[in-house]
Amino acid sequence: MIYNEDFETLPHEALEALQLKRLKQVAQRVYHTVGFYKKAFDEAGVLPDDIKTLDDLRLFPFTTKQDLQANYPFGMFAVPMSSIVRLHASSGTTGRSTVVGYTQRDIDNWSELMARCLVAAGITKNDIIHNAYGYGLFTGGLGIHYGAERMGASVIPVSGGNTKRQIMILQDFGPTAICCTPSYALNLAEEGKAMGINMKALKLRIGIFGAEPWSEKRRLEIEEALAISALNIYGLSEIMGPGVSMECHEGRHGMHIFEDHFLVETINPDTGDVLPPGEEGELVFTTLSKEAFPLIRFRSRDISRLLPDPCRCGRTLVRMDRITGRSDDMLIIRGVNVFPSQIEAVLTGIEGLEPHYQIIVDRAGNLDTLEVQVEVGEQLFSNADEVKVLQNMERRIANDIKEFLGVSARVKLVEPKSLRRFEGKASRVQDRRQP
Amino acid sequence: MKVEQISIFLENKPGSLEEATRILKDAGINIRTLSLADTTDFGVLRLIVNDVETASRVLKEQGLRFSRTTVVAVEVPDQPGGLHGILGVLSKNGINVEYLYAFVEKSGRNAVIIFRFDDPDAAIEVLRKNGMTVLPGAKIYSL
Repeated sequence: MIYNEDFETLPHEALEALQLKRLKQVAQRVYHTVGFYKKAFDEAGVLPDDIKTLDDLRLFPFTTKQDLQANYPFGMFAVPMSSIVRLHASSGTTGRSTVVGYTQRDIDNWSELMARCLVAAGITKNDIIHNAYGYGLFTGGLGIHYGAERMGASVIPVSGGNTKRQIMILQDFGPTAICCTPSYALNLAEEGKAMGINMKALKLRIGIFGAEPWSEKRRLEIEEALAISALNIYGLSEIMGPGVSMECHEGRHGMHIFEDHFLVETINPDTGDVLPPGEEGELVFTTLSKEAFPLIRFRSRDISRLLPDPCRCGRTLVRMDRITGRSDDMLIIRGVNVFPSQIEAVLTGIEGLEPHYQIIVDRAGNLDTLEVQVEVGEQLFSNADEVKVLQNMERRIANDIKEFLGVSARVKLVEPKSLRRFEGKASRVQDRRQP
Repeated sequence: MKVEQISIFLENKPGSLEEATRILKDAGINIRTLSLADTTDFGVLRLIVNDVETASRVLKEQGLRFSRTTVVAVEVPDQPGGLHGILGVLSKNGINVEYLYAFVEKSGRNAVIIFRFDDPDAAIEVLRKNGMTVLPGAKIYSL
């Protein structure tokens, strides 16, 4: 099934014509309403009128996450606050977080795109959706929620956490579809099994999983453990939230990018050069319809490749392959985006700590674990040799990380010099997870 | 009347305690008494040594994380009720004990209890007023 046949199966020429028209509009709009873009275009010596074809986009400068952070919180908004009806934000301390805004029309478009995703997965209005993405500043929960309401399915806004209760709801409410991170799906399956429940006998038939990278191997594991069809969804809050692209249940290979709303390019992350379709590189998105938070050539830092061949489902929208990596040091921990620099900012924000730390990411069962090892500085230890003071510091660091980054960490104080000293740009991160 | 104690931060891993004692041994430092407070991740080794200055210098040179803290040494007869008597005096006067450890003098007649207080001066005053024997640092270092 296709939710919006008109736009999802547009002939190529018509799609490109629509993209060009919308691209010209958005370039004009950001140039005249967002100070950042006026300056960036002027510095690059380009004007919105320079866009004659879609290829002319590559004359324009990129937008990076750092640009968004530098304009925290509302500097990138293209409309006055009176036109904004919703705010979402990424985790992080001041200046390390990204705040995104939506007008009513943005919310309507987002709902439609999420409805397209759910229908592409094979969900109908007769389905009940167990939505275990977090509700709140994170875009996952509300994004799915609005899409479900738009296409008429019943949605259970269960949000994240409280696994035993989730398993009870899965048994008692009989949802037929589930949305969460792939690792949480496996965790549910395992916990349910440990509780003596036959998780394959639930009414679930479809799962939509995203917010963290996963593999075909994991897809098979989840499908086996829950007896469902597991599909991949992709999105990023800067561009919209979930619903930028979605795998169809007919093809099960690559996620269709909703190109009537987003223009995608693949670039060489080192040189910034645009790569031909099909080559692996960093995905770069330009929003074509966003009113409140339009972005030109936003560098997603996600590494993938486009799959330009037609899909059996009938959609003419290009597909993107699974994300295979990042061109920066962002970690995804239990679906939460975490930058080492954010952890460093938390540490430097605590009196008496020195920013000598190491981050160890691992997986216990199906869930990611985050350990932050922090060296005991002279100041901390000279103030008190009492165990309780050191333990309070461990707790304080863990609390601050939880509060600012939204992810639980195990904090361990270590002796000075027990951490490897890094020269140049070597990583402070050890990621021991297998994909 | 106060005693200087050296506290060393140690990770809970094989060899870390041994490293600390080796550094002290190599510098010819004699440990008078010690205690080890531990948690799952780390421990704090507290030492009274014969030469605080030299011990501090070598620990610093070797890059260990340590601090010097002030503790109070009280001598009590090595017999039932010895510690209890001191604690009774402290609690009656509202003095809080952060931690303590003890050892028996070579003669075997007396025990020495090392106390860590929030306010060592106030504690010393209370102890002495109540007839307790507070030992000076020099006495402890050279025991």
